[in-house]
Amino acid sequence: MSDRSQTRKAPGELLLSLRGISKNFGAVSALTDIDLDVHAGEVVALVGDNGAGKSTLVKVLAGVHQASSGSIEFQGKPVTMASPAAALQLGIATVFQDLALCENLDVVANIFLGQELNPLRLDEVAMEVRAWTLLNELAARIPSVREPIASLSGGQRQTVAIARSLLLNPKIIMLDEPTAALGVAQTAEVLNLVERVRDKGLGVIMISHNMEDVRAVADRIVVLRLGRNNGVFTPDASNQDLVGAITGATDNAVSRRADRLREAAGEPL
Amino acid sequence: MNPQLDRADARVTHATGLSGSVKAFMDRVKSGDLGSLPVVVGLAIIWTVFTALNPIFLSPNNLVNLLFDCSTTGVIALGIVCVLMLGEIDLSVGSMSGVGSALIGVLWVNQGVPLPVAIGTAVALGALIGAVYATLRNRLGMPSFVSTLSGLLALLGLQLYMLGATGSINLPYGSKMVEFGQLLILPAWLSYTLALIPGIVMLVVGRSTNARRRAANLSAGSSTGLFIKAVLTTIALLAIVAYLSLGRGVPWMFALFVALVLAMNYALTRTQWGRSMKAVGGNAEAARRAGINVRGIYISAFMLCSALAALGGVLSAARLASSSQQAGTGDVNLNAIAAAVIGGTSLFGGRGTAFSALLGIIVIQSIANGLTLLNLSSSLRYMITGAVLAIAVIVDSLARQSRASHGRA
Repeated sequence: MSDRSQTRKAPGELLLSLRGISKNFGAVSALTDIDLDVHAGEVVALVGDNGAGKSTLVKVLAGVHQASSGSIEFQGKPVTMASPAAALQLGIATVFQDLALCENLDVVANIFLGQELNPLRLDEVAMEVRAWTLLNELAARIPSVREPIASLSGGQRQTVAIARSLLLNPKIIMLDEPTAALGVAQTAEVLNLVERVRDKGLGVIMISHNMEDVRAVADRIVVLRLGRNNGVFTPDASNQDLVGAITGATDNAVSRRADRLREAAGEPL
Repeated sequence: MNPQLDRADARVTHATGLSGSVKAFMDRVKSGDLGSLPVVVGLAIIWTVFTALNPIFLSPNNLVNLLFDCSTTGVIALGIVCVLMLGEIDLSVGSMSGVGSALIGVLWVNQGVPLPVAIGTAVALGALIGAVYATLRNRLGMPSFVSTLSGLLALLGLQLYMLGATGSINLPYGSKMVEFGQLLILPAWLSYTLALIPGIVMLVVGRSTNARRRAANLSAGSSTGLFIKAVLTTIALLAIVAYLSLGRGVPWMFALFVALVLAMNYALTRTQWGRSMKAVGGNAEAARRAGINVRGIYISAFMLCSALAALGGVLSAARLASSSQQAGTGDVNLNAIAAAVIGGTSLFGGRGTAFSALLGIIVIQSIANGLTLLNLSSSLRYMITGAVLAIAVIVDSLARQSRASHGRA
């Protein structure tokens, strides 16, 4: 891991910069004063406990929710993302945790949803070729692109959702729990893909609960806790520090268990 | 040999040849993907029963009459397909068609406005009312069930208000409008030519698609299969035209209806708008996140539905040669909705074709026509149509459950 971090290139241009983003749902503040920077060619991992506000933040960036206050700059210019279409237009693509696929449509239709080629006379052949190209780049195992999404497994649906996000050559892609439903090989494929996307100069924001996945690909780890920033870490940070930042205490169930195991093994604390 | 782009995965079996196609069709039906099968089977049963009871039912001239009657409510049902596709409903299409019919009488007959302007006004008013329903839904979250139910009453009131004390306005006999609704028939040469076109289009488009797919290294259907399909379609259409020509022939009004069905079918299956309609009906939130203008889709669907309902009212005024208080009341509303559902458009949204309006309305009108020939009262007709609608919805529900358990949406 240390080898890899040395060969890592310096991050490129600042793509996205959030300052003081807050989001309230009635009396509940889901996000408070969030700051976040994403550079080109960098993977930023967003981690935090359930309810820390990760998905809300992603939805704000995707234009699904609008921030209650705060500013968003994209490539140095202040922007507002009033709708998902506006976010896509800027070059921010999102793979949502619930994937947001239409189960009654086939794979090609889902990949091209809202972006169909030749709107007045759909170019099914060109769309099918492009769909296969995207899926093959992901080394996907999709039996047929003409079956409705309802007939695909969870992992296959995840792959379709990721393929769809890459369709428009975005500048930033956001992945909400991309590996949660995947098998071992597919997880490795998705992580490979994340690196490939990063090496192409895109910014990647990845939410994950899996620390192993996060350490494997992230350049920076941003911790959220109860809707606030709670520290930025490098992948080399110790597990204890990370878990401490996530749970808000150095004395917590995870570190106590680690200590107990180490004690049992006769190692010094 | 290079594996084709869509045949690289060895785990998937692909149907080949005629037996393969038949087997794939059977598998689809078993998993609940019924398509037009129930309505075709239902139609065969209904026609057999009525012909057995009264042979006049299948006589060419009775079928020509049937087609005249289908066209008015069929156009309304075509609009219903649009809103059902989104999982919404428009209960006011009957009243809307009544308003359309009344407008023709008031504007054209009483005020002397030119006919095209009167028709245009009726259709435009329909589009406006549809936009109101969609706006109530988009901005105020009013369920279409309620907004169109209140629209039903309001529009009925508008119709009665416009027709005034007399309650009915007769359209002049001998005018083009009434002839169109009652008499005008396609010339034989034109109807035969039109019957040839679908087969030719099938062949030409199919061949060019297959060539493009092969060039793009995708699997393509066989030319023989395509040819057989085109020939069978052509023979079937020619046979229908020949049989109707034994009587009066193919009505212009029915040709207009079929042209609208074909245009709607193209829009729903081959354009971005149609894809968005299915997406919104299947999963509105996913469609919104994909950047589709969901509100715009709702507006377009409700506008189309009400505009087509108004057009259906105009056609029914021509058919009956009058604008009366009865236009659009009674069973028009439910017949139009029932036709779309019986034809195979799902009440649950996301599934449906323009052809379901055509097939469904033929079923509904066959029942009405057959029972009239048997001298049975309309009380019985309502009960039987109601039962057929119930059966259609049950088939839709069961097929939906079966699709869910077989992994098809």
